[in-house]
Amino acid sequence: MVPTSYYIILSAILFTLGVAGVLIRRNAIIIFMSVELMLNSANLVFVAFARQFENLSGQVFVFFVMTVAAAEVAVGLALIVTIFRTKKSINVDEVNQLKG
Amino acid sequence: MFNLIPLLIIFPLIGLVINLFWGKQFGEKGVGAIASGAAGLSFVIAVLQLVGLINNSFESVTVPLADWIVIDKLNIPWAFQIDTLSVTMMLVVTGVGTLIHIYAIGYMHGDVRHNGDPARFPRFFVYLNLFLAAMLILVTGNNYLMMFVGWEGVGLCSYLLIGFWFEKGENNVGNARAGRKAFVVNRIGDWAMLLAMFLIFVTFGSLTFNEVFHQAEEMSALNSPVIVAITLLLLVGAAGKSAQVPLYVWLPDAMAGPTPVSALIHAATMVTAGIYMITRSHVLFFHAPISQNAVALVGAITALFAATIAVGQFDIKKVLAYSTISQLGFMVAAIGMGAYVAGMFHLITHAFFKALLFLSAGSVIHAMEHGEHARHEPAEAHGHSAHNQPSAISNQQSSDPQDMRNMGGLWTKLPITKWVYLIGALALAGIFPFAGFWSKDEILLDASKHNPLIYLLLTIAAFFTAFYMGRQILMIFFGQPRTEAAKHAAESPRVMTYPLIALAVLSVLGGALNLPTIFGMHLPGGHALTEWLGHTLGEVEAGELDLIVAGISTVLALGALALSYAIYRNKPATAEERDPLQALGPLFIALNRKWWVDEFYDFILLRPYNWLAQFTANVIDWRFWHDWFHDQVIGGLFNIFARGLAQGVDLGGVDLIISGLPAAISRGIASSFRRLQTGYVRNYALGVFVGVVGVLGYFLLTGLR
Repeated sequence: MVPTSYYIILSAILFTLGVAGVLIRRNAIIIFMSVELMLNSANLVFVAFARQFENLSGQVFVFFVMTVAAAEVAVGLALIVTIFRTKKSINVDEVNQLKG
Repeated sequence: MFNLIPLLIIFPLIGLVINLFWGKQFGEKGVGAIASGAAGLSFVIAVLQLVGLINNSFESVTVPLADWIVIDKLNIPWAFQIDTLSVTMMLVVTGVGTLIHIYAIGYMHGDVRHNGDPARFPRFFVYLNLFLAAMLILVTGNNYLMMFVGWEGVGLCSYLLIGFWFEKGENNVGNARAGRKAFVVNRIGDWAMLLAMFLIFVTFGSLTFNEVFHQAEEMSALNSPVIVAITLLLLVGAAGKSAQVPLYVWLPDAMAGPTPVSALIHAATMVTAGIYMITRSHVLFFHAPISQNAVALVGAITALFAATIAVGQFDIKKVLAYSTISQLGFMVAAIGMGAYVAGMFHLITHAFFKALLFLSAGSVIHAMEHGEHARHEPAEAHGHSAHNQPSAISNQQSSDPQDMRNMGGLWTKLPITKWVYLIGALALAGIFPFAGFWSKDEILLDASKHNPLIYLLLTIAAFFTAFYMGRQILMIFFGQPRTEAAKHAAESPRVMTYPLIALAVLSVLGGALNLPTIFGMHLPGGHALTEWLGHTLGEVEAGELDLIVAGISTVLALGALALSYAIYRNKPATAEERDPLQALGPLFIALNRKWWVDEFYDFILLRPYNWLAQFTANVIDWRFWHDWFHDQVIGGLFNIFARGLAQGVDLGGVDLIISGLPAAISRGIASSFRRLQTGYVRNYALGVFVGVVGVLGYFLLTGLR
């Protein structure tokens, strides 16, 4: 059986990739996908620990996270579409009107 | 009975308040009835005081009402002195006052319409009642301060009533100016009164009559300087109020008031306040013969001086005004010689016949105004007839109803007024057996005994008196009507003529108050006033009819009347004709111009005063104080000081520390923080990430405790 630490290391790698994607990329959709990546890395950890401790709570949480993520994607994509309509771009650097 | 004395003053005050607040609702008859009723009730109270005194065997009574001013030694009560002297004054004031109130109902009815403001009718009676209350305070007070309250009160009413038609007169301010003149001239007298009161208090430690006189008698030093000073100051006060030389100039101008005012205030009552005051202070004057002589001289000079001016006047009321001054001079001369009873006697009879004369003159004026209106009415009725003779109307459009030159021939027009006027004139001229004969004769008798100079002056004044009255009667009633108004004149209503008849009766019979001993025969009722007043004034010698003195004065009076008849019979024939006396040339002009006394005062007092006022206002106040001292010195220094404060202390110090420094600090902090807000979401997310890593790292390194 694959040791739990492997899953956690993979999860950390995925999470770091997600963070790097969010911080570095400028395309809003890519950023969005990076966020999804971070969420799923967290899911992976949940599942890994659920298997180790033979406790279903972790599995249940994964479902919660997936549903919330689905809803978030729906809202987020709608936002991106709206931004694209007004700006003709989805470059997040151009969305900086909140600067004082 | 004496306890009723406050009602004497309260009745007019009640009448005043009612008319003041509700007068407009009562209509003219109601207002007149309330005011006259209040005066009449006061007269009833005065009569009750008379009865009370008789029952009290003429002993004087003091009725205290309240403490007024109590400060250490100064103790002034609000108390009434009831003695034969004050009751005499009460009776004259309320009696004559009531008749004049009744008369005024009729007179003011016409007057308010003639002057075009009928709404002012109640105000007149409010003032009249106020005057009555003030005058009664004056005569009933038992101390100098209370007397002074009334003294000022009547002065105020005089001012208000002279200026009753304040928007009328010369240049629309003539009447207001006359009121102001009366007030200001009276102020000189009041100033002297106040000084006299201060001196009295300093000397005697009291202002109550009885105490002051008691202490004055104990001093018993003749002509002590302080008493002479007090009495001379009192004389100046009396000269102001009673219109004596040199302060008489306000009284002729005071004729600007409606005629009942002239009768009540400026002939019968208020102007006699000075006589009353000196009589009341007779104890002080007894101890100052110098002042007494001064009083007598002032009176005699006034009597003659004013009588001469009266000869040269054309205004019916001006003649009577100067006549009043002259008669007041007689009274002052009498009391100056110590003949207090004679002075008071003349005061009473004069109140009767001068009130009668003024009211009759008012009746004549009323008739003339009526004639003026009657003349216009037909012209207005037949609209176009006015166009046919425009010259005839415009010619005499503004014939002055008070100018005797516009009268003439009123004998047939005024059946009642003519008789009462004649009675008043004969009484004033001193013809036997009218009231004036007895009182004037008593004064002349005293003068002939005590002071030949005074006697001479007064006798000449009496001659002029008869002359100007003859002149007036002839100009008003005889000859031909000289204007249209005189032609259309009509008798006044009964509400006016009945008081005239009452006063005429008093003017005929008034002498009976104090008949002298005739041929050694003591008549029943003779010396009544002498004995009556003797209870207050001490023993006074009873007058005896001196055939020589009486004869001389009567012959002179008749001669003067005859002379006036010779000169003024049927003259002047027209309103434009010269007065026969103008043949005297400059002398008549001098009489007509009142010896230029007003001009003289104007020259020596008013012009320098106005110049001084202008100087102090323009130069001292404006140029020196305002322009230089205020603007330059104070303003300049202030500006320098303020600039130093503003720039040095405020801007340089306070602002730097309070606002400059914190502002710089926060600006510095803000400029460095401002860089953090880039607007890029990534930057914020990086911040969050670094923070989370930091927190987690901290927990990892320190253990999860």
